[in-house]
Amino acid sequence: MAPRARWAAPRAASRAVGLAAATALVLTACAPGAGSDDGSGEPAPSGPVSTDVSDVGDVTLTVWDQEVRGGQDEQITQLNAAFEEANPNVTIERVSQSFDDLSTTLRLALTGDDAPDVVQTNNARATMGQFVESGQLVPLDAYADAYGWRDRYPESVLQYSTYSGDGRVFGEGSLYGLPQVGEVVGVYYSRSALDELGLEVPQTWADFEAALQAAADAGRTPLLLGNIEGWPAGHVLGAVQGAHVAPEEVQALGLGNEGASWTTPENLEALTQLQTWQEQGWFNEGVNGTDYDAAWQQLADGQGVFLIAGSWLAPDLQEAMGEDAGFFAPPPADGGQLATTGGTGIPFSITSAAEEPDVAAAYLDFLTSDDAMQVLADTGNLPVVDTASYAPESGLLSDVYTAFDDVSSEGALLPYLDYATPTMGDTLGQTLQGLLAGELTPEQAAEALEQDYADFTSSGG
Amino acid sequence: MRGRSPRGRLTPYLFLAPALAVYGAFLLYPLARAVQFSFYDYDGLTVGTPVGLANYAAVLTDEGLRDAFGHALVLIGFFSLLPLLIGLVLAALLVRSRVRGLPLFRTVVFLPQVIAMVVVAVAWRRIYAPDGTLNQLLRAVGLDGLTRTWLGDYATALPAVGVIGTWYSTGLVTVLLMAGMARVPPELYEAASLDGAGPARQLRAITLPAIRPEIAVALTLTIIAALKTFDLVYVTTGGGPGTSTTVPSYEVYRRAFELGEVGAAAAVGVVLTVLIFGINLVVNRVADRQR
Repeated sequence: MAPRARWAAPRAASRAVGLAAATALVLTACAPGAGSDDGSGEPAPSGPVSTDVSDVGDVTLTVWDQEVRGGQDEQITQLNAAFEEANPNVTIERVSQSFDDLSTTLRLALTGDDAPDVVQTNNARATMGQFVESGQLVPLDAYADAYGWRDRYPESVLQYSTYSGDGRVFGEGSLYGLPQVGEVVGVYYSRSALDELGLEVPQTWADFEAALQAAADAGRTPLLLGNIEGWPAGHVLGAVQGAHVAPEEVQALGLGNEGASWTTPENLEALTQLQTWQEQGWFNEGVNGTDYDAAWQQLADGQGVFLIAGSWLAPDLQEAMGEDAGFFAPPPADGGQLATTGGTGIPFSITSAAEEPDVAAAYLDFLTSDDAMQVLADTGNLPVVDTASYAPESGLLSDVYTAFDDVSSEGALLPYLDYATPTMGDTLGQTLQGLLAGELTPEQAAEALEQDYADFTSSGG
Repeated sequence: MRGRSPRGRLTPYLFLAPALAVYGAFLLYPLARAVQFSFYDYDGLTVGTPVGLANYAAVLTDEGLRDAFGHALVLIGFFSLLPLLIGLVLAALLVRSRVRGLPLFRTVVFLPQVIAMVVVAVAWRRIYAPDGTLNQLLRAVGLDGLTRTWLGDYATALPAVGVIGTWYSTGLVTVLLMAGMARVPPELYEAASLDGAGPARQLRAITLPAIRPEIAVALTLTIIAALKTFDLVYVTTGGGPGTSTTVPSYEVYRRAFELGEVGAAAAVGVVLTVLIFGINLVVNRVADRQR
């Protein structure tokens, strides 16, 4: 006889025992999170802060970072060694993991007994915002005064690591982190393709559209986009929005603060333009099924003319294209202001579990000093402070440094649109995929985005 | 008698204790905690507040989640039913035909099971890419009109993900069914053909009843695989385009790790567990009956 397949139907008795045990466990266990050190209330460094860390004795500073890629890893390794040399009593224990890994483990780590002292936390509401709200991060205002950080950084940069103490308002309140590097979304292009088409680098938005049209007329793919991940189209929209919508409006929308709307005529115009570009065939075929990485590789292969993407691609494109690659900030509309999506790398913050916040602050200061900026530039990163002064003579990186400096000091650095609400990353990705596929009209897309934004702002964060 | 003494009765449990301790610590305890979390509004950072059944009510009313569960049911068709049909034919051929190099075929058919799902997903993502293998193949045979961005098209994304599941499950199902069929005495088939039964009739009257347990096992395993699909969707589409390929496991991950709604995520997880348990109970009850 065949052996019986026994996958279900455990004995009733054992089932009852198991159920009883589970129930008892549920009933006796206390509320989740109650046992951990939740640091309720506003943590603040007790007493006056000190910038002299030589007299605190031997200290081990545990730092969780996500500087894992080539140039990133190089700069942090150099700077950590230099910091330890300058402060012999401090030992840095570095725990390094990828951005995704860090975001998934940080939440648990911060509530644990052995929390790190310094962590890199993403600026968004779902991470830094929630950590501020639950009192896991130390406000840095006293240190900012002591070290003069507010003179070091432009306000347009610092706002992205600034929250109100309850985590409700983003962009105003106390400072909770310091970034090392800048990011800006702009337009990459192939110099040789532009030459063949007889085009110059566009100075206005109308010029840019004319250039796209010219490329399409010549049978080239004007714009490359790989949007299978959903978020890449958000960066394209950010650039388009910068040319159509007032920067203050985008700030409020992007930071998830009250007082703006996605359904304004200007926003609708931006969404419509994005869809029109797709309908006119200005993007490569099948954008929603193309990998983000495949798109920039296509630019390197000479399959397209322009690519709207962030400055983080510059090292890769420089390597693949050499002198042929160029970059410019999305040009403003006639008479408008230079404005595009951008921001900072993941900022370094001090946790409320840090035993020696003074030492942690000294470390943050060291990581963002002038010397550190030089190290960042030398290792191929985009220093966030005085960017243009570190620019190389020529080439793609020179273009990128100039563009970031122009936008952050003269124009408006607009927030990533998915900072707005914890769910906006998904909503934006899904909506823009729908818009590009023609499943949604610009009106419906604006409605969907407005709903996410309005639900969040009306619930008081 | 020794067996009756209380000490003797406990002895088996003593032997079970180490395994039970591990099972309890890494499975039962987390499960119970997940159930507990599901009754709280808990963000993973601050102290949770009890909300009763609110998280479960949200699971039932959330339109996005209902879609996700619907997609999972569609995936059962691709992960379980389709492989079962293909597996029946393949297994019957492989068992009956006595081909040379049978072990080789069995290995090849089983291979997808050995490869990590993430690797499978990355490979298929390349196959489905706009200029990927599938579209190149279609163009090469002159079927340009059929080319699509398979994972980027609202109409094809879910079936495209499903086909990966079929490819993945078929090997396991085939090997399981082959084991069952090999057990059937060949005399039965001889007798049946002497009585004038054709291959189809033989399949229905002899093979299917004989391999009922294997079918139950195959269905159980593949239905679980379909319902808990996570890595496949995470790597290929991330739930897109739009929300056309969202699945419950992905929603658990998204809620817990991206949105910080640990309580709601636990509720989705518990509902999914109950659903998997329920469907498989039905499968096994049906398979056990009439035997």
